[in-house]
Amino acid sequence: MSDLNKLGLAEARDALRKGDTTSAELTAACLTAIDGAGALNAFVHHTPEIATAQAKAADARIKAGDAPAMCGLPIGIKDLFCTKGVPSQAGSRILEGFLPEYESTVSGNLLEAGAVMLGKLNMDEFAMGSSNETSVYGNAVNPWKVDDRALTPGGSSGGSASAVAADLCLAATGTDTGGSIRQPAAFTGITGIKPTYGRCSRWGIVAFASSLDQAGPMTKSVRDAAIMLEAMCSHDPKDSTSADLPVPNFEAMLTGDIKGKKIGIPAEYRMDGMPGEIETLWTRGADMLRDAGAEIVDIALPHTKYALPAYYVIAPAEASSNLARYDGVRYGHRAKLDQGDGITEMYEKTRAEGFGDEVKRRVMIGTYVLSAGFYDAYYNRARKVRTLIKKDFEDVFAAGIDAILTPATPSAAFGLGEAWDDPVQMYLNDVFTVTVNMAGLPGISVPAGLDAQGLPLGLQLIGRPWEEGDLLNTAYALEARAGFVAKPGKWW
Amino acid sequence: MSIDESTAARVAKLARIKVEPEQLPALASEFNTILGFIEQLGEVDVDGVDPMTSVTPQRLKRRVDEVTDGNQQGAVLANAPDAREGFFAVPKVVE
Repeated sequence: MSDLNKLGLAEARDALRKGDTTSAELTAACLTAIDGAGALNAFVHHTPEIATAQAKAADARIKAGDAPAMCGLPIGIKDLFCTKGVPSQAGSRILEGFLPEYESTVSGNLLEAGAVMLGKLNMDEFAMGSSNETSVYGNAVNPWKVDDRALTPGGSSGGSASAVAADLCLAATGTDTGGSIRQPAAFTGITGIKPTYGRCSRWGIVAFASSLDQAGPMTKSVRDAAIMLEAMCSHDPKDSTSADLPVPNFEAMLTGDIKGKKIGIPAEYRMDGMPGEIETLWTRGADMLRDAGAEIVDIALPHTKYALPAYYVIAPAEASSNLARYDGVRYGHRAKLDQGDGITEMYEKTRAEGFGDEVKRRVMIGTYVLSAGFYDAYYNRARKVRTLIKKDFEDVFAAGIDAILTPATPSAAFGLGEAWDDPVQMYLNDVFTVTVNMAGLPGISVPAGLDAQGLPLGLQLIGRPWEEGDLLNTAYALEARAGFVAKPGKWW
Repeated sequence: MSIDESTAARVAKLARIKVEPEQLPALASEFNTILGFIEQLGEVDVDGVDPMTSVTPQRLKRRVDEVTDGNQQGAVLANAPDAREGFFAVPKVVE
């Protein structure tokens, strides 16, 4: 078989089980593709020795008839996941040289399911960004290109998106705090799902905003997302917010039958200045679901507008608390000190050198909104607004809505360096995705078309809590009708 | 609420991030942009609304109060920038 790196998880799994190929061959094809894709800057720590050894072990398991879900399938891991003995820097200088003594629960689940780790993937520093431009490793680049500009793959899981879209790996892990799986998936023409808060353990994933962070798969199809999500999920006593619920066989729920399902179209997602192409794609998406037998219903989510400002209180507040641990004492970077410097100077210099500008900005905003005198006005108010945002969703689900269809992003991928004039402008990238994190719901981005320039656009489906299986099935029906098969032309 | 340079300096101090004096005007201006965006939250009627404490209605699990981990001094210190004699070493804290 040729071009093995271009396979998806399901195809590769079936080929492995039939004996048409081996994990060693699949892995070698991906390693070659990675070696030739330095221009994308997607893989930032390469682990070919680990991958080759894991592939060999996987082939032995398959031969012995013991092939779990991900057996022999080569994937990339976002740099946010702690991987034992392998650099895990969260895209930050402050974790330079950090070699975890433990494996994150999610990456551990994947390895236990037989997955092969090709390396670590680029990302915005501490997952704070929507363009992968805040990374200590430099920008990850979108394999899609329409002129001589280098485009962003989105963020924060930009390396993951770029690597999957460019066929450097079969699939990758991502994490999503405000849209960091779904926005880059949309920008690169791939599928990405953020499960319900609590489905995936957060243990061993470098924390950004703990009440919002969730891991999820970034894949070449909805079926692949179902396979990989199931392997990632588990109840984990080491994460007190991890759900003690059985993990369904998501793939078995992909029937494509969505007859009678009620799909909500929220009026509030029709934003001023939204490009006509996004609007058209959204309408087409609704038509596709109607064609599949669903009923399309207009709904209202009145507090949508306030999700992004509330997010920019809550996420920085939690980040300022979580990132207090980077003090130059226990791990990572410590600044060189001058004669007479005490421990406070050590903290201040270490954090000034170790954090990039956007991380500093968010840590300080978080510090401000939590500080005496402002806690009620900002932080408590934002948490009350969050309650209202969640209630909006509860109300429509109580009224019988099964899933909600929205655009995934307000635009297609933009040029690297084009959106940084104003941090708030960059934040608007997450306007359609952030509500889902605020409400703890599952959301999936499915590639649904190309814009006039030829860049991919995604549609987002939002599901009921814990009903990822149903959500994936609706996405599966949408995927089948959208028929998105475009791939970026290879220029790298 | 407008943030001036002295407030920006105080926030940087609270966050334990060294900011040079010449960077303070730009920092204060960025804070004002972001806080200006956040101000919209003031429009929302939140009377009688409880602040969210948990996004999924769940009771945190309890377990028996017993030691489940430990004796990992080597692993705990393995990544320390400065570890000596089984401890994390830091600049002198008490004179």
